[in-house]
Amino acid sequence: MSASVNWIGYKTIVRKEVVRILRIWGQTVVPPAITMSLYFIIFGNLIGSRIGEMGGFDYMQFIVPGLIMMSVITNSYGNMVSSFFGAKFGHHIEELLISPLPSWVILAGYVTGALVRGLLVGAVVMMVSLLFTDLEVQHPWITLSVLILTAIVFAMAGMVNAIFAEKFDDIAIIPTFILTPLTYLGGVFYSISLLPELWQKVSAFNPILYMVNGFRYGMLGVSDVSLTTTYLLIALSAVVLAATCLYLLGTGKGMRS
Amino acid sequence: MLALDVKDLRKTYANGVEALKGVSLSVEEGDFFAMLGPNGAGKSTMIGIITSLVNATSGDAKVFGASVIKERSRAMSYLGLVPQEINFNQFEKPLEIVVNQAGYYGIPRKIALDRAEQYLKELQLWDKHDKPSRSLSGGMKRRLMIARAMVNEPRLLILDEPTAGVDIEIRRSMWELIRRINEQGTTVILTTHYLEEAEELCRNIAIIDEGEIRENTSMKTLLAQLDIETFILDLREPLTVAPRCSEMDIALRDENTLEVTVSKAKSLNTLFAALDEQGVNVVSMRNKANRLEELFMRLVDKGEAA
Repeated sequence: MSASVNWIGYKTIVRKEVVRILRIWGQTVVPPAITMSLYFIIFGNLIGSRIGEMGGFDYMQFIVPGLIMMSVITNSYGNMVSSFFGAKFGHHIEELLISPLPSWVILAGYVTGALVRGLLVGAVVMMVSLLFTDLEVQHPWITLSVLILTAIVFAMAGMVNAIFAEKFDDIAIIPTFILTPLTYLGGVFYSISLLPELWQKVSAFNPILYMVNGFRYGMLGVSDVSLTTTYLLIALSAVVLAATCLYLLGTGKGMRS
Repeated sequence: MLALDVKDLRKTYANGVEALKGVSLSVEEGDFFAMLGPNGAGKSTMIGIITSLVNATSGDAKVFGASVIKERSRAMSYLGLVPQEINFNQFEKPLEIVVNQAGYYGIPRKIALDRAEQYLKELQLWDKHDKPSRSLSGGMKRRLMIARAMVNEPRLLILDEPTAGVDIEIRRSMWELIRRINEQGTTVILTTHYLEEAEELCRNIAIIDEGEIRENTSMKTLLAQLDIETFILDLREPLTVAPRCSEMDIALRDENTLEVTVSKAKSLNTLFAALDEQGVNVVSMRNKANRLEELFMRLVDKGEAA
């Protein structure tokens, strides 16, 4: 197909996704803003004032990058999984399957939609955090690139989940039992240097630890892990997940009989 | 040029059901083609393979020369599909649904908006274009799927039972629209359970049953095969015994209704002369079944017997 067909098709999917995010703003943008405000009040303000410094910053400043990253991860994943599974469940994914658009355009369109929601919610959480503390971004390009690449990785992970899901329960299992524990244990609320050596080694297997720390390095200039490892891990995850998504879309797993 | 060329298409599902057993058929460009068959005959599987929603086990289907397996994107660019089941996002508005579909075919938004308005108006849905589509009636939802299928102005339009659940007035207006679309050069393939619909609209026909083509010919040739017709006669006065006519089979369905089976070679005048002679007064007369329906049942029954 010609580039213009693919480009218009891509823009159409993105537009449809953005319209959906804005149409259900009460489910997409408001809840993270409320949840994160509670985190800032309880952990940052009430408990954090008794914790003192962490990583050379006051506790509120320390948790802001982690909470932004947590919101971006859960929302990019959640947007993809709910939108794509909803389309599959309601059979309107067939509108795209019978169109001339190749799989990579469908993937790119949905990933961009998930990225928009992740960044939108991330921006909202950042604005909420400004009510509680001052922020100074040390390395803007690192901050932005880690944020965008992480959102893309989790959007694609959400697509794999949505493709394999057969019922609504199946799209709640991964976020509840895998994503949330890994995020909470991924250094959002603490530096892993506080953990005993064994648990530091265990934490090194948690990919979210690298993403949270890479983002924290961009904002605050401190990290528990190497930035090179962060970028390599994100790039590797992106390549593996993109190949998986394209293979599944190409074969029509769960969509074409 | 062939709009559709299906060669030895086979499909066996994971549960072992053999839905298509080597089907081959072709549809000429510009044709209005009927695909008939009982439920579970394999029609939807065949449409699924042509539209790439079902993966074929073997064989191939070409749409205007493009293989749906090897050149999927090109083949799909020629197609429009009105599926059997409602498959649009019911939270979206009709205008959004039609315009988005155009976008998936690479049609710029401005043109898509104009076309969407044109087709929604033609299908009497424009006054609902900005309402949530879940609020539409069943018939409106079917018409919306036709508008959606037409927005990319396909060369081959496949309609899988498009008029199911649509009232007669709307059905007739949909027939007019589909006929007009065909006259403008779009090849149309129609599956329907309303056999009079196929007889009214289509020039060529395939009857499929148990995954095999039972008949593939022109509508005229098929109907010419019908050598008998059955009529229902409503009587003015009740009868207790069926009247007799030496050349025809007459049965009493109830005291005011006769069922008469007539060979096409015989004249109906003979029947009326015999009835007149026996003092039977006929008020009205109609075909027992649609002619195509009669043939359809015969072909499908023949398949079962074999």
